[in-house]
Amino acid sequence: MSNQGKMDCGRRRLIVATAAVGGVGAVAALVPFVSSLLPSERAKAAGAPVEVDISKLEPGQMMTVEWRGKPVWIINRTKDMLDTLPKIADQMADPKSEKNQQPTYAQNDTRSIKPEIMIVVGICTHLGCSPSSKFKAGADEGMPSDWLGGFLCPCHGSTFDFAGRVYKAKPAPTNLEVPPHVYLSDARIVIGEDKKGA
Amino acid sequence: MAAGNFEKYKSDGSIAGNALEWLDARFPATSMWKGHLSEYYAPKNFNFWYFFGSLAILVLVIQIVTGIFLTMHYKPDAALNAAGVPIAFASVEYIMRDVSGGWLIRYMHSTGASAFFIVVYLHMFRGLIYGSYRKPRELTWLFGVGIFLVLMGEAFFGYLLPWGQMSYWGAQVIVNLFSAIPIIGDDLSLIIRGDFVVGDATLNRFFSFHVIAFPLVLIGLVAAHVLALHETGSNNPDGIEIKENKDENGIPRDGIPFHPYYTVKDIVGVVVFLMVFSAVLFFAPEGGGYFLETPNFYPADPLKTPPHIAPVWYFTPYYSILRAMVWNFFGLDAKFWGVVAMGASVVIFAALPWLDRSPVKSIRYRGPITKAMITIFVICFFILGYLGTLSPSPTGEIISQICTAFYFGFFLGMPWWSRMDKFKPVPERVTK
Repeated sequence: MSNQGKMDCGRRRLIVATAAVGGVGAVAALVPFVSSLLPSERAKAAGAPVEVDISKLEPGQMMTVEWRGKPVWIINRTKDMLDTLPKIADQMADPKSEKNQQPTYAQNDTRSIKPEIMIVVGICTHLGCSPSSKFKAGADEGMPSDWLGGFLCPCHGSTFDFAGRVYKAKPAPTNLEVPPHVYLSDARIVIGEDKKGA
Repeated sequence: MAAGNFEKYKSDGSIAGNALEWLDARFPATSMWKGHLSEYYAPKNFNFWYFFGSLAILVLVIQIVTGIFLTMHYKPDAALNAAGVPIAFASVEYIMRDVSGGWLIRYMHSTGASAFFIVVYLHMFRGLIYGSYRKPRELTWLFGVGIFLVLMGEAFFGYLLPWGQMSYWGAQVIVNLFSAIPIIGDDLSLIIRGDFVVGDATLNRFFSFHVIAFPLVLIGLVAAHVLALHETGSNNPDGIEIKENKDENGIPRDGIPFHPYYTVKDIVGVVVFLMVFSAVLFFAPEGGGYFLETPNFYPADPLKTPPHIAPVWYFTPYYSILRAMVWNFFGLDAKFWGVVAMGASVVIFAALPWLDRSPVKSIRYRGPITKAMITIFVICFFILGYLGTLSPSPTGEIISQICTAFYFGFFLGMPWWSRMDKFKPVPERVTK
């Protein structure tokens, strides 16, 4: 631009237009790279439902199965365990399970289809650690003396009751997730699938 | 300046002289040698603290060389082998047990990671006490902060590769941190993981980041850091600009050529460093559970979190700051604010050149307020680091909140406290 008076506006517009088209092309070239970072078709197709036999699960016992790479807990809750739930409702962040962390058929006081059988994804809603079971009431397992039993996340100390509801003022923002599930029979459950209105 | 003076070869018509002449006509060999070594004038009063820059380069070289050899045997594969062990984990065990010299190369690399952070923290502390980040060296400091960030990423990606319990759950927690960001968070953590859980896709992309993407950026930043430094010239323990006092040849009166004076001095630092490094390497390669954490000797189990998970020591101060945030503000979760505080605690170093308003650079000529503030800052940094290695507890939470408040108070209050201090007169020339 040595001679401003004789600047060729047509050529400059051409330069701007060329740069703009080039820029659009460069951005468009990002698309395949960014999309390659997303879960692949195979990863999306994985996560088939899991069928579980719970006939050997005694009251008070818990089993863990893997679904979509995550631990899913199945707990056969005793009457004592279920009795703790209403007692501590006022200490819960979301006692009525109003946040969308469960299918509608599990949005009840026990967060389950059958009151005694609890099915929940064992991944803390804070940062994704898997909480440890602290079923014994009281201070025996390093919990506070008024502990009624439930789960403790080892990473950041969130606590959950026997229905996977999170205690107030803990890092985890919501209750544990109840996965979609359906009973094929009394002893057989499919996790990851439900029949609408079942 | 006898050393590095190649001109004497140029006129003698010898083969070496002709070769150098040929080279210099095509590549700035002699001029680069002079500009960065034989005629790069560094202040003559460098002390102990000035070892850590060259040591950082040494550790970088150790990491690159050992990394190249580890990559020849390591397999980034989360699938289970015939024995039911993840292939990645098994390949690290293979390096440790069956590859000749493999255990040594692997321990050099894992110990090197911790050594890198020790050296870099000491290097940063040097900058802090002598005001090395201040005008005109702001860009050198910013490139340095960039190096620190990339180094943290590099360490984080690398820690996933052995695919042990701590690798897996540490990555799970840190990647989930990103999901705390409103609106884009969930998609962002999905893009980082490449799957709905930390898995094979995550392991492979972390391997790619660790062995190529981040090292490339790191080397580029190191070059920029050194070039920016050599443009302004080095600071020194007195915080005096030696370029303001030059002799008749335009050479700073308080400067000495980097080569041979500081190259030789740095060799002493290298020898001492290698002695300490070897002692750790041969006698305590796991660093007492701080360099390599015990749960990482168990293969990753996506169904079971170890009873106590903590990051490696060099991340624990920031991890404590993350855990210290337990309040919801402005309708956003404490989880989000924890992430914000943790990010801010690292990035805030970049603001130092503009936060410090003291009329002098070096702590030598600054008063009791600066000394007290830096001392408390370092103590808080250590306390936060220690608490980050522990399980969460109510007492620890309160202490970490106090220390977090001071950590940020140190930076955010700096424009005021750095001016209030009593200052001593700065001499014209550097002192011994």
